[in-house]
Amino acid sequence: MKTQKIGAWIAVLFGASYFIVPLIATFEFSLRMRRGEYSFDAYRSVFSDIQFRESFSYSIMMAILTIIFGVLLVVPTAYWVRLRLPQMRPVVEFITLMPLVIPAIVIVFGYLRLYNSSSYIPFTGSARGTDMLLMFSFMTLSLPYMYRSVDTAMRTIDVGTLTEAAQSLGASWPTIMFKCIFPNVMSGVLSGAFITFAIVIGEFTMPSLLNRPAFGPYLQLIGANRAYEPPALAIIAFAITWGCMALLQLVSRFSKSAPSKP
Amino acid sequence: MSFLELSGIQKSFGPVQVVKDFDMTIEKGEFVSFLGPSGCGKTTILRMVAGFETPSAGTVVINGRNQNELKPNQRNIGMVFQAYALFPNMTVHDNVAFGLKIAGMEKSAIDARVKEMLGLIHLGHLADRFPYQMSGGQQQRVALARALAPKPQVLLLDEPLSALDAKIRVSLREEIRMIQQQLGITTVFVTHDQEEALSISDRIVVMNSGRADQIGTPFDIYNKPATRFVASFVGTLNLIEAKVVDPATNRIVIGDQGITLREPLGSTVKAGDTVSLALRPEAGSIAEGAKGDTALTGEVVSSNFLGSVIRTRMKVGDAVISFDMFNAPGRSPPAVGEVSTLRFTASDLLIIRE
Ligand SMILES: Nc1ncnc2c1ncn2[C@@H]1O[C@H](COP(=O)(O)OP(=O)(O)OP(=O)(O)O)[C@@H](O)[C@H]1O
Ligand SMILES: [Mg+2]
Repeated sequence: MKTQKIGAWIAVLFGASYFIVPLIATFEFSLRMRRGEYSFDAYRSVFSDIQFRESFSYSIMMAILTIIFGVLLVVPTAYWVRLRLPQMRPVVEFITLMPLVIPAIVIVFGYLRLYNSSSYIPFTGSARGTDMLLMFSFMTLSLPYMYRSVDTAMRTIDVGTLTEAAQSLGASWPTIMFKCIFPNVMSGVLSGAFITFAIVIGEFTMPSLLNRPAFGPYLQLIGANRAYEPPALAIIAFAITWGCMALLQLVSRFSKSAPSKP
Repeated sequence: MSFLELSGIQKSFGPVQVVKDFDMTIEKGEFVSFLGPSGCGKTTILRMVAGFETPSAGTVVINGRNQNELKPNQRNIGMVFQAYALFPNMTVHDNVAFGLKIAGMEKSAIDARVKEMLGLIHLGHLADRFPYQMSGGQQQRVALARALAPKPQVLLLDEPLSALDAKIRVSLREEIRMIQQQLGITTVFVTHDQEEALSISDRIVVMNSGRADQIGTPFDIYNKPATRFVASFVGTLNLIEAKVVDPATNRIVIGDQGITLREPLGSTVKAGDTVSLALRPEAGSIAEGAKGDTALTGEVVSSNFLGSVIRTRMKVGDAVISFDMFNAPGRSPPAVGEVSTLRFTASDLLIIRE
């Protein structure tokens, strides 16, 4: 009994060290910019780099826009499918899974063919247009996670009856959507949003091929040209991801104590 | 002209006709129950009144206004669902205020109205609770308050008590009836529980596969069932096959015992025909000195002591007749195998003519 427990702990520690040791090594290396002593110089250098600030804020901006438009697309879709087209649910679910099956590089080449500056919809003709296209591509990438988490949250409420109750009280479609449905799937929306955030911050392929100044390509650029900054950046990226995960945990715990169906 | 008029309503889902030529008028302030077995179309009719379904044919008129072209949110109809359907993200206060906010009332007026409605259902002290913090009975009362708050033209309740336990069911149905009378609101109440329908309705519509078999007061429905279906669905009932001996004198036989009916058999019936007769279990008694101008003798098949009543089944010819007697401490229940005489009044025997 006792030895079994110890054995289990050793296994866990061994597994964890597999992830933690490289991380510690990276962190340790990132502190060694100043010769002979540990310092946060690499981090200072990263944070003082104007390109870092620009690309990072660009990606955050993109992430926020992606989340807003993604939520506006996914919540009404999931709602409508549940309410009026329940027989279509497997089809919609399959469609939302496509971005997991098709590599991002294939999607982006498709975009470039369809929306290049000499096409009928020349998204890539201007920087704003390309930004929009990039945002749509981020939406596509986050679709599987966003749809799933919203749809799961929707399962816990009786969408049909709540809609009818609201209608009989005089509510219009926008009122039903934003007063009765949205607040009740907020936990799903939030967890979808955090995953989206993490995806957008880390994504390299799309912004790189669309040539937009996002964080992913910047990470790659620094990694190829500097010694101490890349590990510092990696640690920062990790911290952000972990922050998202922690928020996710918080949200899911919060949603458990939140109102649910009787 | 009546307040709520349903005329020639039909509804089909694909090839299946669920409601067939349904006609009914309801007066202002009336409490009408739709009673019928599962799947007979009660909910479908209610949903057509509310506007959630469109009739395949026919019209819904409320207060002289045709509702067919109106969307559910334009009809001003209060609806209470079996599953309560309170908004989980809102407090009791906000749930009740929901319809008032949409109607564009001022905040002070809303607060006053919500307070009034919560007072009506005796839940004023729970205004800040969320639905998940309340019992089913409390939630359903909030749902009622929410439906009534915007002063709807008609209140529709679809089996509002089915999800509750027996005790609450009885007290809440009486509460619903009291509030309905207090507000004088025209109400349609759907149920498959006959006791519920009998106890609180002004009139009952007994439905059978998409049609109204009988519309009448609870008293009439129970005592003068128009069809075999109504007779068997509402209350328990003995259906007895009898042979006509002489139509002119209303003479029939059950087994080999002759009886004279009070109700005329009618001109289409000939001697030798079989007629169906109905007798309520509470109409007869085998107690000493029981009153009644008619008697049937038979052997007791079973006898169940149910507390306040004793239900006895007796074999007369081919028929088994069951009847209820009040329990009396000084009298022991009839024994199985005993031969007794059942007495009742001939006018309690109804002729069932489909
Ligand atoms: N949207 C629909 N599509 C197809 N058939 C339907 C639909 N709604 C109801 N039906 C059918 O119509 C019939 C009547 O349904 P309805 O819900 O009105 O019955 P009900 O009298 O309310 O029964 P219950 O007491 O079980 O609630 C049922 O056979 C049902 O299967
Ligand atoms: Mg029903």
